[in-house]
Amino acid sequence: MDDLDFDVIVRTWPYLLNGLRYTLQLTLAAALGGTFFGTLLAMARLSSFKPLALVAAGYVNLMRSIPLLLVIFWFYFLMPVIIQSITGAARPVQIGADRSAYITFIMFEAAFFCEIMRAGIQSISKGQVNAAHALGLNYRQTMQLVVLPQAFRNMLPILMTQVIVLFQDVSLVSLLNVTDFVGASVKIAQRDSRVVEMYLFVAVVYFTICFTLSILVKRLQKRIAIIR
Amino acid sequence: MNLSIFLEQVPDGDGPWWHMLASGLGWTLSTAFFAWIMAFTLGSVIGVVRTTEHRMLVRFGNAYVELFRNIPLIVQFFLWYFVVPGLIPAVKAWVITLDPTIHQFVTSIVCLGFFTSSRIAEQVRSGIQSLPRGQRYAAYALGMTQIQAYRYVLLPMAYRIIIPPLTSEVMNLIKNTAVAYSIGLVELFFRTREMGEMTFRYYEAFTAATVIYVVIAMTANRIMALIERRLAVPGYIVGGK
Repeated sequence: MDDLDFDVIVRTWPYLLNGLRYTLQLTLAAALGGTFFGTLLAMARLSSFKPLALVAAGYVNLMRSIPLLLVIFWFYFLMPVIIQSITGAARPVQIGADRSAYITFIMFEAAFFCEIMRAGIQSISKGQVNAAHALGLNYRQTMQLVVLPQAFRNMLPILMTQVIVLFQDVSLVSLLNVTDFVGASVKIAQRDSRVVEMYLFVAVVYFTICFTLSILVKRLQKRIAIIR
Repeated sequence: MNLSIFLEQVPDGDGPWWHMLASGLGWTLSTAFFAWIMAFTLGSVIGVVRTTEHRMLVRFGNAYVELFRNIPLIVQFFLWYFVVPGLIPAVKAWVITLDPTIHQFVTSIVCLGFFTSSRIAEQVRSGIQSLPRGQRYAAYALGMTQIQAYRYVLLPMAYRIIIPPLTSEVMNLIKNTAVAYSIGLVELFFRTREMGEMTFRYYEAFTAATVIYVVIAMTANRIMALIERRLAVPGYIVGGK
């Protein structure tokens, strides 16, 4: 107990902060991209065009049944090959684990946001859709002006909770040697042999951020609840 | 894609590659199995405690759930594997007598057990609270003690109600065992990476792992659906999701 040296955190703070910044950026990008593609996927799953609905459902179920770690590594291996086939380059394009993680998390989170948005869309009563059609709105207008804004509002607390989960899940990229917040702390912990101090510190930081956010989500939930 | 790689021998190991993956699968499933027993027991206790009228206990239960829910799983693995032995000399003294594989195995079970228990506690609490208040009062009116009310009235109903969310927790737990790779447990994901790295057949190895995880997820889903149908209370819960 006596030979603990928490000073190591102060000394390496800029480096850790850099890692934390990467974690936050990745979380934000994945949340926005995931919501966008997730909404598209949800609309595809609810589409009356069966093949489209089946493909979307297959994608979502696949993503939800394999570990995130496996998905991260899959995208890491596949991304160079996919980019090669898109750009027609002569050899696989190496984009690095830190950049491929953006695509990984957007695609992975899309599957989870899809399920949330699907529940949100289904929570809107059929009468509203019929009313929109009766007013002469087409599918796109109905979705954009009537259904999605309400679905989004209803699901906002759940979407935010998922973002907190996402924020924690991002830490797994450290296993691909990416310097996110956890990755940075692992590197320092090993270099300076300050394992106990570093990991305790990381746990406290994550706890503080996530706990604060979850309290805010609870407040948000109370405020935006629609009285029916 | 060349499937014969699975029949090739592992360099300086015993048996072909599929054997390695199968042994990884064994570690994955046994870790998940023991962690589930721990999580289910602990989660039930904490969940029940949170529905009682003892203020202190409720607060303790809430703190417990928040603690394990707000720290990333990989960090929790590091805490159990590095920090706990580093802070408590008695644990360290015990841990160094263990075989490294056993140390990783036990750590993984404890870590996943606590992590999953906080989620189960949350489900058990919401299951109990979803019951009409009259059921508890009726039990008390019949002269049951609080323990009896939980044992014979509240819990048998609550568990049945929360089978669907528990199903997702079983599947989450199995998926989460892959994170034990971070402390070096030789589970399925570890073996998959190892195979990819040693043979450069990443696609074959990762495809195999993907198929295995999908099959596990589907099987777990079927088993839980079967349990759900067997245990359904007639006229109370409509079967299926």
